[in-house]
Amino acid sequence: LSREDFQRIPELAINPLGDRIINAFFQEGEDQVNFRGFMRILAHFRPIEDNEKSKDQNGPEPLNSRSNKLHFAFRLYDLDKDDKISRDELLQVLRMMVGVNISDEQLGSIADRTIQEADQDGDNAISFAEFVKVMEKVDVEQKMSIRFLH
Amino acid sequence: GIIVRDETPMEKEIARLHRVDFEFSDIFYFCRKGFEAIVEDEVTQRFSSEELVSWNLLTRTNVNFHYISLRLTIVWVIGVIVRYCFLLPLRFTLAAIGIVSMIVGTTMVGQLPNGSMKNYLSEVVHLTCSRILVRALSGTIHYHNKENKPQKGGICVANHTSPIDAIILTNDGCYAMVGQVHGGLMGVIQRATVKACPHVWFERSEMKDRHLVTKRLREHVADKSKLPILIFPEGTCINNTSVMMFKKGSFEIGGTIYPVAIKYDPRFGDAFWNSSKYNIVSYLLRIMTSWAIVCNVWYLPPMVRKESEDAVQFANRVKSAIARQGGLTELPWDGGLKRAKVKDTFKEEQQKNYSKMLVRNGSIG
Repeated sequence: LSREDFQRIPELAINPLGDRIINAFFQEGEDQVNFRGFMRILAHFRPIEDNEKSKDQNGPEPLNSRSNKLHFAFRLYDLDKDDKISRDELLQVLRMMVGVNISDEQLGSIADRTIQEADQDGDNAISFAEFVKVMEKVDVEQKMSIRFLH
Repeated sequence: GIIVRDETPMEKEIARLHRVDFEFSDIFYFCRKGFEAIVEDEVTQRFSSEELVSWNLLTRTNVNFHYISLRLTIVWVIGVIVRYCFLLPLRFTLAAIGIVSMIVGTTMVGQLPNGSMKNYLSEVVHLTCSRILVRALSGTIHYHNKENKPQKGGICVANHTSPIDAIILTNDGCYAMVGQVHGGLMGVIQRATVKACPHVWFERSEMKDRHLVTKRLREHVADKSKLPILIFPEGTCINNTSVMMFKKGSFEIGGTIYPVAIKYDPRFGDAFWNSSKYNIVSYLLRIMTSWAIVCNVWYLPPMVRKESEDAVQFANRVKSAIARQGGLTELPWDGGLKRAKVKDTFKEEQQKNYSKMLVRNGSIG
């Protein structure tokens, strides 16, 4: 699959975060994703099942665990993959979501306020741990899962 | 559908519990919507043939090939022989007879001076040839609510699945066709028929000029003695599971609109023309080697544009009526998405809604 194939889905093309989502499928510098890569990304959206928790304690964590779902969301913000969401990266995502409807100053103050609330070690950027802390109360499982009908 | 879709609107989902005006978790909403669209979206599935619940012994509808049993294969082979060696030659001959008689018949009628005799004979010729052509495709058509049949001076609109739609409708009454002038055999037919009956054929260059088109159609409709115009407002072939956006041009002309719903039975043959996959000749070949074309045609009561409506709202109202009658899903998307990219205005709308929420809650600045 190439990027154009994804963009032909109208509902995805009009999604403000559409481009970021499409990018998540493609590895560094690659223009094509095969079925396996496609599946790996979609696997993040499998609902978390209770009986899985007891099984695989020794093996690697399954892709749809809460932590991995959060990591996926974190990566949508963190473009340069330095494991921190900087003010600029946050501004970029905000700009994608609001389009031209909010001015730069307003957007800037929203971003500043959000970082202030979440930042604990004072580096003016959000690390993954701080991100997780912010999401403590959020029902990640329900918001980031797609259930198939039987 | 294949996935559980959560239809809560954006506002409720990103409900604010406290005064913070933006949360990191806001992206979850867009993210999930995006992935749901990737797994199953409403639009791209309309541009390929409908999937059947159980196989109808045509290879083309056998999407997941599975060797089941020897008996089934034998039945299928017999089916192939019957369809290709027996039905196909018969149908082809009939079609040839139909086309030739239409060209000859309409040319002959075209020689007569204008008058009621000419109109009567033209009707006879058109109807007869139409019937021959429908038989050539083994068409079985059920017409419902014939009392609502389109009258002279009106405009007939229908959902579009294939070029055969026109023949299916002319089988039961005479219409003035609207369309582009083609070359080849189609062009010959067009030139012949227009002598007998005032069809509206446009040159390709004229089609680009919307005002010219509207003007000509308006003149035609204003003349109450002229046959009703047949228009397919979707603009392209859709696979008969849904009705897509109706282009407003046809609804700006004025006059009475007679909606017609056409629904094919997919078990006997797939009538959908996927013009990006098959050309017209291979399409006709596929049609002639199917079991049959079975369809239902519903004539809906006439509709007129209300004072308070504009063309777009009127178009949507007609579209809902047709979709409801034919048991089709109604989609707001444009059939032109088959070939073109979606407009950015939709994305901008979503962005606007989200910004409204951000600004409303919490004070900014």
